[in-house]
Amino acid sequence: MKSSVITFPGSNCDRDMDVALTKFGFKNKMVWHNDQELPKSDLIVLPGGFSYGDYLRCGSMASKSKIMNSVINFAKSGGLVMGICNGFQILVEAGLVPGVLLRNKYLQFICKNVHVKVDNKENAFFKNLDKKVLEFHIAHNEGNYFCTNDQLKEIEDNNQIAIYYCDQNGNTNDQINPNGSIKNIAGIFNKEKNVLGMMPHPERMIDESLSGEDGSIFFKNLLNNIK
Amino acid sequence: MLINEKIAIEHGLKSDEYKKICKLLKRTPNITELGIFSAMWNEHCSYKSSRIHLKKLHTKGKKVIQGPGENAGVIDIEDGDAIVFKIESHNHPSFIEPYQGAATGVGGIMRDVFTMGARPIANLNSIHFGSTQNKKTKNLLRGVVHGIGGYGNCMGVPTIAGQTSFDRSYNGNILVNAMTLGLVKKDKIFYSKAAGLNKPVIYVGSKTGRDGIHGASMASASFDEKIEEKKPTVQVGDPFTEKLLLEACLELMSGDSIIAIQDMGAAGLTSSSIEMASKGNLGIEINLNKVPCRETKMTPYEIMLSESQERMLIVLESGKEEIAKKIFDKWNLDFAVIGKTTNTKNIELFFDNKQVANIPVNTLVENSPMYDRKWKKSKLPKKNNINKTIFKSLKIKDTLKKILSSPNVCSKEWIWQQYDHTVMGDTIQKPGGDSGVVRVHKTDKAIAATVDSSAIYCWAHPLTGGKQVVCETWRNLISVGAKPIAVTNCLNFGSPEKEENMGEFVECVQGISEACKYLDYPVVSGNVSFYNETKDIGIKPTPTIGGVGLIKDYKKMITMDFKEIDNIVLVIGKTEGHIDQSLLSRIILNENNGPPPEVNLFNEKNNGLTLLNLIEKNLIKSAHDVSLGGIITAISKMCIKGIKGIQIKKPKFLINEIEYFFAEDQGRYLIEINPKDLKEVSKILDKNSVHYDEIGKIIDKEMIIDQKTKLTIDELKSYNTNWLKSYMV
Repeated sequence: MKSSVITFPGSNCDRDMDVALTKFGFKNKMVWHNDQELPKSDLIVLPGGFSYGDYLRCGSMASKSKIMNSVINFAKSGGLVMGICNGFQILVEAGLVPGVLLRNKYLQFICKNVHVKVDNKENAFFKNLDKKVLEFHIAHNEGNYFCTNDQLKEIEDNNQIAIYYCDQNGNTNDQINPNGSIKNIAGIFNKEKNVLGMMPHPERMIDESLSGEDGSIFFKNLLNNIK
Repeated sequence: MLINEKIAIEHGLKSDEYKKICKLLKRTPNITELGIFSAMWNEHCSYKSSRIHLKKLHTKGKKVIQGPGENAGVIDIEDGDAIVFKIESHNHPSFIEPYQGAATGVGGIMRDVFTMGARPIANLNSIHFGSTQNKKTKNLLRGVVHGIGGYGNCMGVPTIAGQTSFDRSYNGNILVNAMTLGLVKKDKIFYSKAAGLNKPVIYVGSKTGRDGIHGASMASASFDEKIEEKKPTVQVGDPFTEKLLLEACLELMSGDSIIAIQDMGAAGLTSSSIEMASKGNLGIEINLNKVPCRETKMTPYEIMLSESQERMLIVLESGKEEIAKKIFDKWNLDFAVIGKTTNTKNIELFFDNKQVANIPVNTLVENSPMYDRKWKKSKLPKKNNINKTIFKSLKIKDTLKKILSSPNVCSKEWIWQQYDHTVMGDTIQKPGGDSGVVRVHKTDKAIAATVDSSAIYCWAHPLTGGKQVVCETWRNLISVGAKPIAVTNCLNFGSPEKEENMGEFVECVQGISEACKYLDYPVVSGNVSFYNETKDIGIKPTPTIGGVGLIKDYKKMITMDFKEIDNIVLVIGKTEGHIDQSLLSRIILNENNGPPPEVNLFNEKNNGLTLLNLIEKNLIKSAHDVSLGGIITAISKMCIKGIKGIQIKKPKFLINEIEYFFAEDQGRYLIEINPKDLKEVSKILDKNSVHYDEIGKIIDKEMIIDQKTKLTIDELKSYNTNWLKSYMV
């Protein structure tokens, strides 16, 4: 299976994502933001980082990069696109997934392990996953997901919420919400479920010596689903 | 403008120094030249008060590839790999403007490391604030933490460890010391020594603005009530540009275009160009009209003294300009050929076709002032006669609660959760342990790093304190299973013009040197920060030591969390019951006098190396060094981290129970071992003459000291974790 990771100026999880994808059997290519064409890929990943320093709204500059036209076309033709952290912010700014990401509720960068509940498994990202609650890792300053009530209704009606912040038993409540996201939303799909944006970093959880191994479960499952 | 002594003094130069400049030049300097002298001759850049003493530091060792004198130190970690590391202070700017001061401190130290060709793999910091009652403390802490995170997080370099302390003596002068480690191949290290004639001198990175002019001079003076006016001397950081600069430099470094490279840190273009020329014994000619400027009508004086961040100066091989330019264009960074190397041994500056400065390089460097300042030796304070009946009135539980929740012991999670500590995917020991540990990417090796200081001990007796800090970092590395290799030091002191402060400096340096030499743990880099005083009140002497060690097989790394019920806990090292200068003494008994605990270098080395031997044999399950707050505080942290309890065995006390639990004797560790290994462990400890006591057995969820004194893990945890969070609300 072929994957491509886009490097924007200021991306800093591009190497980590490359390591993770390669570890689980993807043939991964790194793609420069200024390129026009995407290599033939089964999966496109927009990695974490601070594209263009996030000096404007996070992800807004990167969403106008040259390569993004190709990414948008790829997504519209049904290709799998995943945006992690800053990549999620770029997807939002590019209009590929609904909503916006605000500053964290307590106005602080936050780096820690969290649990997320996988709600919707009828998609290529989570299909066949045999766990309902995953331990992931977050590291962000602007992960507070927000949308209008109308949007929220539409998102819920279409089953577009991918993962929720929860406790280790899968309960979602305000206390375990790390950043103030509406409905504890940690990740979201587009209508067609071929585009996934999420704040947590599965690529930091791929080895027993790291923060945990649930990232391995996620990537192995993803590869099997694409095969 | 006619230059005279008055203007020189306004530039921070002394009258004698100005006379020396005129003598060296055989004429009066012009304003640009005076600016250059003032930048090069201030304390921050010239080390004029410290040089004579720094020479005494122990800096050599088998693993040292580069000692002090370069952008950073370099050590050998085998297999062709090397670690580049350094610590640096950004104290003065951080007090004036905490966010930018701290941020640019982090940016500056990372540049020092990647200038040498190394990709930064870990950041650490040691930050010190005034009393928690001081009304400025909270905002300064918040700003500094935001600044450190803002820069490091954006760069994508994990912040893996640190130290935070509070003490009244920092009320008017906080300390922000930032440390970075980078990884490089031994044969791809870059240095700042220029070589060859007529080689192009290249400017890359951000444009030059008016920010930070006289930053280094500001950092070479004490503060007074007009401190707010110094805000414009603080630089403004742009981590995004630094990230691009990092990637562009590393890309250029993968080829063979670079002869020498130097970042523009303190004193900007001035010190970078002069250092490269001086090391290469060459001259440099620069056309200042070619320097990319952010603002219009900048004068030669401003261009030379600007401390705008994220800039580098490179001497290229001739003919490589196009290759280099292409890389910097790709990363959207400024690139300009601004001059060339010459054989004049002078720095010659041109502006609007006129020569605006012409100074022999050696007058700025070799002939810079060096002072052997007067200093006062300090006596070892007399031991306090503590009335032991007072111990009877103390309840262990209440005392432990106070200590675990005291600002200098409590969990710093509120701080390090704001730092990205997992980016790069190799962090295998996060902040909150004895050392941070990162794997050497795609190898079985890991690097452990720690940063520490003990201002209280140094204040009580500088010589002992200096030794103690080195030993403390040594123990932090041993506790995670790393073989200590080398250190970097950041020497934060008051005014060198006062005999007491100078004495503290001299004797701390002596202590550091003795310990480093004995432990074969050399100093490879560092910096000195004097004049940490406001309106005549100086800080406690605070030498900060950053220690670095190697774990050959990262799977053998040790953490401090208790692992398994029924395992046995041993105290390694002898507990004599030293209470003076301990936390118990200061915050419970309100007694601030007396000597710090004695440092026995033989025991330190012997205990540490014996533990490494036990770790190598897989005999240690968890370990933690005993420091502030003594044995019981260290045990509490192991319980909290492992969510396990301990049944404490009544040791055969030769001393009072309170003394046993809270004393801060040095050279001690707690280790967890499997009962089946006890015999073998005892044998090895006995054979090496290492003193040990069995202190207890791991049990479920409760610390039982005696039948009347029990604490649940939740209690311990709430004492330890709540204070900082509620303080910062």
